[in-house]
Amino acid sequence: MSATTSPAIHRVTTGLPFLWLIVFAALPLVLIVKISLAQMHLGVPPYTPLLGLDDAGENLWRGTLANYRLVAGDSLYLDAYLNSLRIAAISTALALMIGFPMAYAIARAPLGWRTPLLFLVLLPFWTSFLIRVYAWIGLLRPTGLINSTLLWLGLVTEPLKLLNTEFAVFIGMVFCYLPYMLLPLYARLEKLDASLIEAAMDLGATPTLAFWRITVPLAVPGVIAGCLLVFVPAVGEFVIPELLGGADVLMIGKVLWNEFFTNRDWPVSAAVAMLVLLALVVPIATAQVLMARKAGEAS
Amino acid sequence: MKAGRIPFAMLVIGLAFLYVPTIVVIVTSFNDSRLAGVWTGFSVRWYGELFSDRQFLGAAANSLIVAALSASLATGLGTCAGLVMARHGPFLGRTTFLGLLATPLVLPEVITGLSLLLLFVTAEQLFGWPSGRGIGTIVVAHATLAMSYVAYIVQARLQGMSRDCEEAAADLGAPPLKVFTAVTLPLIMPAIGAGWLLAFVLSLDDLVIASFTSGPQSTTLPMAIFSSVRLGISPKINALATLLVASSALCLGLAAWVQLRRGGKLVPG
Repeated sequence: MSATTSPAIHRVTTGLPFLWLIVFAALPLVLIVKISLAQMHLGVPPYTPLLGLDDAGENLWRGTLANYRLVAGDSLYLDAYLNSLRIAAISTALALMIGFPMAYAIARAPLGWRTPLLFLVLLPFWTSFLIRVYAWIGLLRPTGLINSTLLWLGLVTEPLKLLNTEFAVFIGMVFCYLPYMLLPLYARLEKLDASLIEAAMDLGATPTLAFWRITVPLAVPGVIAGCLLVFVPAVGEFVIPELLGGADVLMIGKVLWNEFFTNRDWPVSAAVAMLVLLALVVPIATAQVLMARKAGEAS
Repeated sequence: MKAGRIPFAMLVIGLAFLYVPTIVVIVTSFNDSRLAGVWTGFSVRWYGELFSDRQFLGAAANSLIVAALSASLATGLGTCAGLVMARHGPFLGRTTFLGLLATPLVLPEVITGLSLLLLFVTAEQLFGWPSGRGIGTIVVAHATLAMSYVAYIVQARLQGMSRDCEEAAADLGAPPLKVFTAVTLPLIMPAIGAGWLLAFVLSLDDLVIASFTSGPQSTTLPMAIFSSVRLGISPKINALATLLVASSALCLGLAAWVQLRRGGKLVPG
């Protein structure tokens, strides 16, 4: 206990947010599990209770795994699920390929330039996400700027199909999540001791060799953090595949949304949500193990 | 050591990639033509049409109310949580506390939205509250999401500052509450302000969680934009986008100006 705060303040500052989190963060997740075992039902609420009374007045367990069987048996859900993992993985790789050199350039820029450059990179993050995705519709659609320019230059004879493709989804993902990748990478690269690279070069390493043998290994924790920050929201993303991917690009976030808002099947949406949670536990746990191993090596 | 040419070129291309789409939207918003591809002259008619659209105005008002309320709630809760993380020693359930605090950050929005909706529906059945969904339920949902962000910002500030002033005040006889209000609170005020601003922006920006937790009378601005964008490009949305970008640039400029005047840094790190 700190010497400067009293137990009473302690109790209030701990209890208030703790209680809030239990009610509004933990309990809702328990409810997802519960509803995923229920069945769709017309009425309010639109799902069946798990415990019901039978004719004799005895409590009866009415939970069912039917939703999970449906989700596992119908290829729509499985395809959407695998597709989400694939699209999220490719988007993460693209963001890393673009974000790493950018973070490196900022970290190696003259001291007075770093803050303004970082500010420029993070600035778009503060403008509306929806508007940023919308901006790409204007660029990518058949009569949009990219196609008009290509036609005008005579590079193509008819507009390319850019919007409503997976390509558009990749662009949207990288565009929206690049700051998440850049920030941890920059934090790591900025702290990197330049004398290590000088030492390597003095010992005869070429700049390329020094980069791969010194800079990259030291940046690994930043790479892991950045990849996780992009991959996790990308798996469950709804807005980008909905607006840029069109009907052809199937992702699990879209499936969940449609089950809920179009089919109004709450229990199936809950089962899909459980599936997404499962998809996220694995990469987060892997990253934590990797981080812990890295920390173990460092000490 | 200087950066090589390739990273520098990537930085320039990357920045262009981040800015060009928004700049194109801003330019087209002043185009007189309904067709975005054809420039027929400078005009502000779409702004006029936007301001006579009651649907958008109402949604904007809803969004501002939700953002202000949820940001304030999130700041209160998040500041407490930040104090717990940085200053309080081990207590029973600390690991659970930290885990729960991280959940809103890692959970996909569709799951946060669905789970909170299920909570509100169940609570309404059991206790009759909340009776129906609307502004109130969105505020609670957004506050839960944003409090984690505020907590991490406040924690970073607390860990980065020395305890000398607080201990000096305590040594001079200030009671704990006085130390907190007279020393700690003013010192972490910039972090609290930054947290509030971030919470406000997060709320203003959210489509998914609001869609799940809103009721029929509480359409927020992102929800209105989304249903319009689904139908395609609209010159009115271009005008609205320009206004949103301008207002966030204005807010950020103001925040940066205040921060620089206090001699602080713009970005951590």
